Amino acid sequence: MINVHKLTKHYDQTVAVDNISFEVAKGEIVGFLGPNGAGKTTTMKILTCYMPPTSGKANVAGMDVLEGSLQIRKRIGYLPEQNPLYNDLDVLEYLRFVAELRGISKDQQNARIRKMIEVCGLKQVINKNIGEMSKGFKQRVGLAQAMIHDPDILILDEPTSGLDPNQIVEIRNLIKEIGREKTVILSTHILPEVQATCNRAIIIDKGSIVADGSLQELQAAFHGLERISLEIKAAPNGISEKLRAIDHVKTVKEESSKGDLHTFILEVEKGQDLREKIFDLSVAESWKLLELHREVTTLEDVFRQLTHR
Amino acid sequence: MNNVLSIYRKELRSYFNSPVAYIVITVFLLIAGWFFATNFFLIGQATVRTALSVIPLIFIFFVPAITMRSIAEEKKSGTIELLVTMPTRDMDIILGKFFAGLTLLIVAILFTQAYVITASIFGNLDGGPTFGAYLGLILLGATYLAIGIFASATTENQIIAFIIGFGIIFVFFMLDKVLLFIPSPLVSVFEYLSTDYHFNSLARGVIDTRDLIYYVSLTAFMLILAGRSLGSRKW
Repeated sequence: MINVHKLTKHYDQTVAVDNISFEVAKGEIVGFLGPNGAGKTTTMKILTCYMPPTSGKANVAGMDVLEGSLQIRKRIGYLPEQNPLYNDLDVLEYLRFVAELRGISKDQQNARIRKMIEVCGLKQVINKNIGEMSKGFKQRVGLAQAMIHDPDILILDEPTSGLDPNQIVEIRNLIKEIGREKTVILSTHILPEVQATCNRAIIIDKGSIVADGSLQELQAAFHGLERISLEIKAAPNGISEKLRAIDHVKTVKEESSKGDLHTFILEVEKGQDLREKIFDLSVAESWKLLELHREVTTLEDVFRQLTHR
Repeated sequence: MNNVLSIYRKELRSYFNSPVAYIVITVFLLIAGWFFATNFFLIGQATVRTALSVIPLIFIFFVPAITMRSIAEEKKSGTIELLVTMPTRDMDIILGKFFAGLTLLIVAILFTQAYVITASIFGNLDGGPTFGAYLGLILLGATYLAIGIFASATTENQIIAFIIGFGIIFVFFMLDKVLLFIPSPLVSVFEYLSTDYHFNSLARGVIDTRDLIYYVSLTAFMLILAGRSLGSRKW
């Protein structure tokens, strides 16, 4: 559906996007991840035909963004960054305006607007001026605008920014639902968002793609050490030595120790689950095991490793 | 064409939802009315000539005030990104905005018909020149609107848009006022390029196709420039 090949974009001196290539298949929900200024928005602006690339090719729905601009724009729904809206229109006027520009036929317009009002939960604000609405409602109007013509491809630049936790969950579910039949690209710097909605993540940093794959692949490829944290109640002699003696344990760090209460953090080689062994050891030594918790590398760790240099 | 109409309707709605349209029309009528009323009551002349000949002067700052917002504001708020990523052509956007501005201007001009009616009750109104002046006002207004929209498309700051628009319009207005300082071979060129020269010619009651062609072509040229300027993000 989307095919980007060696795409580069310069703004005067700065390189915003540097020679990136990726593909998005129909029905995928892809998360663009990256710190602010990584080039996510620029890539989206090129895909939506807002501006041309400096070099390289971007194909959307089989057409080049330069040659098939008008056709591509018909098939894309776009929520730009910061969600710009006309503050002097009310919701109904605005959605009608967008529906007209999107070329929805007269007899379909009402049905589509009604559908969007229902899907995006806009019923209570339809006659309110957009300028007077809360950020959450504005965001929903922006989403309604992007989906009103039932596009094949949705490009959403930070779709959940400014929403409260309940709304975020609603919007994510909405995106997931849409993503069943449509191709969705969304950008964000909120990692749980990608975990909650996307089946694939592309991590961008300083204009280049640093990782691209399904969430499981990314986590598998980039996790280093696993950590186990445990809390033990026992007399304080020799616990850490005995823990260190377990196979595959790299380091043992005693976090705190209050009387008979000790907390440890163990760093363990990757792919090893030592919880059982630790439990057995505690039983054998008659330690009282109060807490045992294994931390697997999260997407957050992957993200930090890749972009925090 | 449908897109032009959608944008036209939305722009009109924006004008009339906000105080812009009302302030514009009120202030315009106050100024024009003052010139009519001084003639009418103080000098005792039942004529609209002074009032109509003053309107081009009012237009110089008045029209760029109407258009300064049109594209600069869209650029500032980012809505331009929405607009140009929809299946619209840049020219559709420009034309929709142009016709909305023209409608507002024509509404304002039509209100001055009250003076014409008053004058025709108390005196002998010269039909030809009055009609010519009205036609001239609409054409002149359209040209200034096109210039104003072009100015607005060059910047995202409304005040700069106003000043650029005012500057260009002022130059076109002044061209036939500086003929004394112009070498004689250029005089006719300057005259032909001046917006006010053609207005005066129409206001005499002579509908000359040269004047019509001048206004229509300058308007079209400025609108195309505005479209180009809007498309400059692609350069």
